[in-house]
Amino acid sequence: MSPSNGQTNGTPKVGVYVCHCGINIAGKVHVDAVVEFASKLPYVTVAKEYKFMCSDPGQDIIAQDIRDGKVNRVVVASCSPLMHEATFRKATAAGGGNAFMFQMANIREHVSWVTHDKGLATDKAKALVAAAVERVTLHKPLEKTKVPVHADVLIVGGGIAGIHAALTLADSGKKVYLVEKEPTIGGHMAQFDKTFPTLDCSACILTPKMSSVRAHPNITLWTYSEVSEVSGFVGNFKVKVKRKPRYIIEDLCVGCYECIEGCIYKEAKVKDEFNVGLSKRRPIYIPFPQATPLVAVIDPETCIEFRTHRCKKSCATACERNAVDFNQTEEIKEIEVGAIILATGFKVFDAARIPRYGYGKYPDVYSALEIERLVNAAGPTGGEVKMANGEKPKAVGIIHCVGSRDAKTNKYCSRVCCMYSLKLAHLIHERTDAEVYNFYIDMRTPGKGYEEFYDRLLEENVHFIRGRVAEVNDWAITPEEKGKLIIRCEDTLIGMVRRIPVDMVVLSTGLEAQADADDVRRMFNISCSHEGWFLERHPKLAPVSTFTDGVFLAGACQGPKDIPDSVAQAGAAAAEAMALIDKGFVELEPNTAYVQEEFCSGCRTCIALCPYSAIGYNEESKKASVNGALCKGCGTCVAACPSAALQQNLFTDEQIFREIKGVVSYV
Amino acid sequence: MAYLYYPGCSLKSTGRAYEESMRAVFAKVGIPLEELEDWNCCGATSYMSVSELKAFALSARNFALAEKQGGRDKTTDLIVPCAACYLGLSKAHKYLDEFPDIRSKVDEALAAAGLKYSNNLKIRHPLDVLVNDVKKDRLAGLVTQPLKGLKVACYYGCQIVRPYAEFDDQDSPQSMEKIFRILGAEIIDWPIKTRCCGGSLSGTVPEVGLRLSYLLLLEATRRGADCIATACPLCQFNLECYQPKMSSLYNEKIDIPVLYFTQLAGIAMGLGEKELGLQRLFVPMRYTPAPAASSGGQHVTK
Amino acid sequence: MDKWREWPKIRYESELDPDFADQIASIPGGEKLFTCIQCGTCSGMCPLSPDMDYTPRQIIAMIRAGFRQEVLSSHTTWLCASCYACTVECPKEIKITEIMYAAKRLAIREKVHPKRFPPSVLARAFFSSVEKNGRSTESRVLIDLFLKTNPLGMIRQAGLGMKLWLKGRLGPGKESIKRTDELHRMLAVLEKEHMIKPKVKTAQHGEAK
Repeated sequence: MSPSNGQTNGTPKVGVYVCHCGINIAGKVHVDAVVEFASKLPYVTVAKEYKFMCSDPGQDIIAQDIRDGKVNRVVVASCSPLMHEATFRKATAAGGGNAFMFQMANIREHVSWVTHDKGLATDKAKALVAAAVERVTLHKPLEKTKVPVHADVLIVGGGIAGIHAALTLADSGKKVYLVEKEPTIGGHMAQFDKTFPTLDCSACILTPKMSSVRAHPNITLWTYSEVSEVSGFVGNFKVKVKRKPRYIIEDLCVGCYECIEGCIYKEAKVKDEFNVGLSKRRPIYIPFPQATPLVAVIDPETCIEFRTHRCKKSCATACERNAVDFNQTEEIKEIEVGAIILATGFKVFDAARIPRYGYGKYPDVYSALEIERLVNAAGPTGGEVKMANGEKPKAVGIIHCVGSRDAKTNKYCSRVCCMYSLKLAHLIHERTDAEVYNFYIDMRTPGKGYEEFYDRLLEENVHFIRGRVAEVNDWAITPEEKGKLIIRCEDTLIGMVRRIPVDMVVLSTGLEAQADADDVRRMFNISCSHEGWFLERHPKLAPVSTFTDGVFLAGACQGPKDIPDSVAQAGAAAAEAMALIDKGFVELEPNTAYVQEEFCSGCRTCIALCPYSAIGYNEESKKASVNGALCKGCGTCVAACPSAALQQNLFTDEQIFREIKGVVSYV
Repeated sequence: MAYLYYPGCSLKSTGRAYEESMRAVFAKVGIPLEELEDWNCCGATSYMSVSELKAFALSARNFALAEKQGGRDKTTDLIVPCAACYLGLSKAHKYLDEFPDIRSKVDEALAAAGLKYSNNLKIRHPLDVLVNDVKKDRLAGLVTQPLKGLKVACYYGCQIVRPYAEFDDQDSPQSMEKIFRILGAEIIDWPIKTRCCGGSLSGTVPEVGLRLSYLLLLEATRRGADCIATACPLCQFNLECYQPKMSSLYNEKIDIPVLYFTQLAGIAMGLGEKELGLQRLFVPMRYTPAPAASSGGQHVTK
Repeated sequence: MDKWREWPKIRYESELDPDFADQIASIPGGEKLFTCIQCGTCSGMCPLSPDMDYTPRQIIAMIRAGFRQEVLSSHTTWLCASCYACTVECPKEIKITEIMYAAKRLAIREKVHPKRFPPSVLARAFFSSVEKNGRSTESRVLIDLFLKTNPLGMIRQAGLGMKLWLKGRLGPGKESIKRTDELHRMLAVLEKEHMIKPKVKTAQHGEAK
């Protein structure tokens, strides 16, 4: 950025530009009155209004006034700095000024959007403009610094989103670290039988991608691992990854199952996570035959050796390659990456939270994920849909919106349940020839080929009853209801209450943010919506970016999403990461702290407080000094310094006091 | 801790046995009940259908009297056994707290009678008190005749669990089950235990109201219950007193004792028939408990 | 009359009351009324919906659409036993039971409630008994009810009454509080107060045949 051409020296000449933002601002603020007011403020040489200051002609007004020598400092009263600060700094520089001789007054989010009364809104806008004018007179020219970007990328979460992002980046030549919490990658998609609306076999389209991840020379795959620490900043993140001991030496194991056969437990007794508890596994296990990596893992919670230290370790004996290692310990890997993609996925809503539906009480009430495993040819029943007593159901009810669209659980629509319910209805009908009833509030099928799939189900003679189910129980009134589960519901299209006796109930449970979403959010310094989903930078224009530069989102961790959308978003996140890396450098904001040496007493208070280890101590001068490349401008040291020796660019005490004075003097 | 007791209109007439048995059982567990002096109607259901604000004022008069009687300097627990009263008073309690417009009007009405309410009151159901204020061991220690082999269908009805009560789960309450397990009884699974009995409709529109009670009784009988335990005078009345009428109306013999939970508790504690108002039952309780030492009670065959 | 002629199934906008929903929603916490998604949980939970002329869900829809006359003269609201099953399960936290109460009160205020329907008669009998004495006397309220709705029914109920009397569960005496004057002073203050806001403008209503 070119230094200012002397315009910043001498008397401040402030230009004030008030934006209408269409009617966003002008509808609630008397813009002409604000301009009139601004024109009379000290140092203001130009005060103008324009319909859209962010447009090219709007920006040109600013640049031209600077070029004409009318203005050497700029105030734009418009939207939030998050939205357009960069735009107007650029316009200021385009006119030949220094980009930081600029201050923004937010009269949209802070005024017009939150104030009903036009008079009060105008008053507040004036006060904010006065504050910005006061402040900008003290601004000094500043320069951004350039820092090179590390070319590697970290991807957290090995579901379909993480896998797709990893392969996209790796194929473009980037080195990728893919970190997965579970012993295998694959995520929820690996548990599904078919995918809607095309009914492709989920495993057939997923497992080739899983093997590609394993085989790709550019991908380092760390399963059974979690990120434990993140520091640094965009382009230069330092990350610690905790590799949990799986008690199997990964490089030696070939996934031959000999150790599992050799386990002292001849009968599997532990609930199998992959089959959502519908089958049992041993303490040493491989989650499923296509697990990637195909490496066994020992669960110390249930393994006799870990619980009593008295097992004869027959698994170890069974392994010809000596891959079993009971002494394995946790390992911490330290890596440096330029960008991070979070693809941590979702959690299935716990149906037991709605006792009216009898989940956990009646054995033939299932969650949708359980049914996914039941209809799966590789599942615990070999793809047969059977009731707890082993018989085929004659009637099945599928209840939509369980844990969605409900103020007591989750207010949002989980977005995928209508479609997967249709899919399950089709599969159950196909496998059992049972009468299948869908109980829905609204059918939501807005996707390519989705409505057509709904049509297909309607033609297959699956029943659709519009009504949210009130309750499921075994209270039989008529003889036909005896021994059945009764679904009670108003058929709202008819306006009558119906009682439908069925043999099996499927609860179409919604999607929720992961239980540890808040911890992850903190670790990566990003935001969550109040439901716990990771917050994108902008819902329309920056859907995979976060408020932390260099951290991107992919898949359902950002909100409920089906497979096509997760994959599309993963591709977008990979492209964003690539754009960052291929640019080669990042520019750092100059809002860093600096030490006024004459006031520094050398007390070192600031050094311990700095979260970025950016402050050093000069033994010779006995003063603190700030490393500008490391400083993130958080202001902690500035606030803590007992002698006010620390100041921060763009936030000097003087600037802040003048801003306050501006507001107060108006009032 | 002293508790004030608000009977409500029903416990002085059709629900007398509820008052008698509750007083007896609470005395036994060491909770003396002092009746609220000059209490008035709670303003529930039927009254609220005509004027809600006046209903709140009726409740508020009771609150003001209770605070005065319970002592201004401490929180008073007002025990309200009737479900409709419990709901009506709880609702008023909540609304006076949450809606300043209502509060100021009601305060004005109270002032006209020289009364004042200062939010120092808790509305409690006797079931809540028995489960949460009395130690489990203490209750167990009072059992002289465990209800061995007695299959009980616990019936909560609607208004003590919905929507203002906080002492138990709205979908699947467990308070009564907890008490009866301590008393040695067997609990039957009965998924409709919070389904409405029909309320006053049994009297006003019998063809509608009685059917609700009938379905409850039929299901309890089918599931093998020996008796039904209730916690509301209207539920008890509907489920018990209309049994002959239901039998003829639906052509299905309905004959099952319906007791207040306090009556059953009293039986287990060895209290006498008169003390518990058992003689007031239309369908007599056909169960003779055995003393604690022996293995169990006996059913007297019908 | 032939059932199929009873309700002409068409309503002109001029027959509806655009302020009706606002009026009902003016009860405390009533604004959630507008968030109804017509899922039918209320009707499914309601043990009495099979006996109602409109299901609770339909009542909510009709309130929103301004079917003032149909709602206020319906039997649905009076068949509500106020068990609150709808309210606690409503996914939008709409206070359905309280809305039923509001409709009942409005109907009585405007004298359009189903006149001889026993639940509405009971409500008023109960109300005046309490208004006067501070307590209700079950026997007297019931006698009042039967006299007004079904004098013959009383004879059939005599057996039950006798049995209750023999068991000491029903007395002939009148229940009353001691300080009725205190209560009357209180209620007098609230005589003119209504929680449901008065109707702003009067819309035309169509005639139901």
